[in-house]
Amino acid sequence: MSAALEILAAGPGVTLQDAGRFGLMRFGVTAAGPMDPLAFATANRAAGAPAGAAAIEISLGGLELTAAGASVPLALAGGAFDIALDGMRLPPAARLTLEPGARLRVRAGAAGARCYLALGARLALPPELGALATPARSGLGGLGGGRALAAGDRLPLEALGPPGGAPAGLVAPWLDRPGDVIRVIEGPQADYFADDQILAFCAGPWSVSPRSDRMAYILDGPRLRHARGFNIISDGIAMGAIQVPGDGQPIVLMADRQVTGGYTKIATVIGADLGRLAQLRPGARFRFATVPLKDAVAARRAEQAALAAPLAIEPVIRTALSPELLLGVNLIDGVTSGD
Amino acid sequence: MIEPRFLDSGEAALVVEFGRTVDPAIHDHVLALDRALAAAPPPGVRETVPTFRSLMIHYDPLIIDRATLVERVRALEAVPAPPRCAVRWTLPCCYDAPFGEDLARIAEMAGLTEAEVVARHSGTELRVYMYGFVPGFCYLGRLPELAISRRATVRAPHPPNTVLVADGMCVITTVSMPTGWWLIGRTPERLFAPERASAFLVGVGDTLRFEAVDRAAFAALEARAAAGEVVARREPPA
Repeated sequence: MSAALEILAAGPGVTLQDAGRFGLMRFGVTAAGPMDPLAFATANRAAGAPAGAAAIEISLGGLELTAAGASVPLALAGGAFDIALDGMRLPPAARLTLEPGARLRVRAGAAGARCYLALGARLALPPELGALATPARSGLGGLGGGRALAAGDRLPLEALGPPGGAPAGLVAPWLDRPGDVIRVIEGPQADYFADDQILAFCAGPWSVSPRSDRMAYILDGPRLRHARGFNIISDGIAMGAIQVPGDGQPIVLMADRQVTGGYTKIATVIGADLGRLAQLRPGARFRFATVPLKDAVAARRAEQAALAAPLAIEPVIRTALSPELLLGVNLIDGVTSGD
Repeated sequence: MIEPRFLDSGEAALVVEFGRTVDPAIHDHVLALDRALAAAPPPGVRETVPTFRSLMIHYDPLIIDRATLVERVRALEAVPAPPRCAVRWTLPCCYDAPFGEDLARIAEMAGLTEAEVVARHSGTELRVYMYGFVPGFCYLGRLPELAISRRATVRAPHPPNTVLVADGMCVITTVSMPTGWWLIGRTPERLFAPERASAFLVGVGDTLRFEAVDRAAFAALEARAAAGEVVARREPPA
């Protein structure tokens, strides 16, 4: 039997994402790719996969899967998701080997909205327009035709890496990113807003609307006023651009955004904070802070340095005790201090 | 010579803006810079996106810093760009019912007869200004005599390959989608066909002329397009 991952259950919005689909934005093709590029890169690194290799982006809907035909080395990183391997709790950033028939369950946990499952193997799937990344609405990528993963899907694997031994936690402190302040660079159309509106934009407070998705994070908060109209002649849209349409409700354009558009963009989230924003759940409150371009570049450089350093792992302490184990232990034996 | 404005959309995208209107002269500047960058791409430039009045340059700021990139663009602006090699396309379009369902309304709003609307739409050489929204969805202009307002309410989704007009512009859709534009006809050609060797047919800066075909011709061309054939005609350069 050839090696594969088999999806046992998948919530809505669980998709395959590689680094993205590049070179075709001029034809209206969005890059897609990970919503949280730093967590994606961390997971790939821990799995021993090449940078930008295709991984599974797990949404709040969660994922349950098993291996078939071979032991599959893999790694998980992202928000503080609940991860269990055959009932054993693992830390939210972890490396493990999924044995055939073993069940790995990933569910929304204490915090965060995305978790990446990276593979110490290559997905044997044909790319569409050069990539496996799955953008909403384009009909491209993933298992073909751009649909999200679902129960019963089989992901064929090749070039499997060596099994990684016992499950281990990843020491990745750069993923502990508070999401209360998101840094932005003003523009490209900040001049369509008076100074007091730029201040109101920064102060918020904002929360992520439940209507948000991989295309756009719609922000609930104060309504912003334009000084000189809200329609512009369409121009390019970068990931993280914050569009303010006529109703004054800002929209952050994310990985699956349209590549051009005709509304004013007050500011753009810096690259290093895209993941921070992507990990916010509906209702989470935050504000914006404007920073100069050089700070955004420095933050990128710091991220790159963190990823380039050797990745430390730590053993997993069993936190979920199996009934068999519990039955074998006399829990009231001896003296406990009571704390 | 237009002195461009340099705008930042974050630290990894530079907007080089040549104006704030839809104007072939402004668009020519966008295309010229796009060609110049393609001919001599500076390290760190990942991708460029031409639009109506600006070029978005996606770049890696850890490879090329903003000041160096601006300097490179200014240097390219100071010398003539590589010559334009736009392709001229003729694209079949059926204006008959049910495809041109809004033809009567368009004619009324434009103060023309239906035949005149078709004659203006198919008789004008249109420029491909940019893509957006979804793969293969392109904006064509201009059609000054069809400078009509958009719908007050959005129309329910229509099939792909529908040709729409409003605001003196024309778009060709590649997916089923709701729209605020007016339905003037449908083309049998697929401007986006991912399985075809040329997934995208027309480039930004190409010109395109619609050619009216009747229902029978449309059906025959649509069958050929579905089989993977390109049914638009590539014309010799002007």
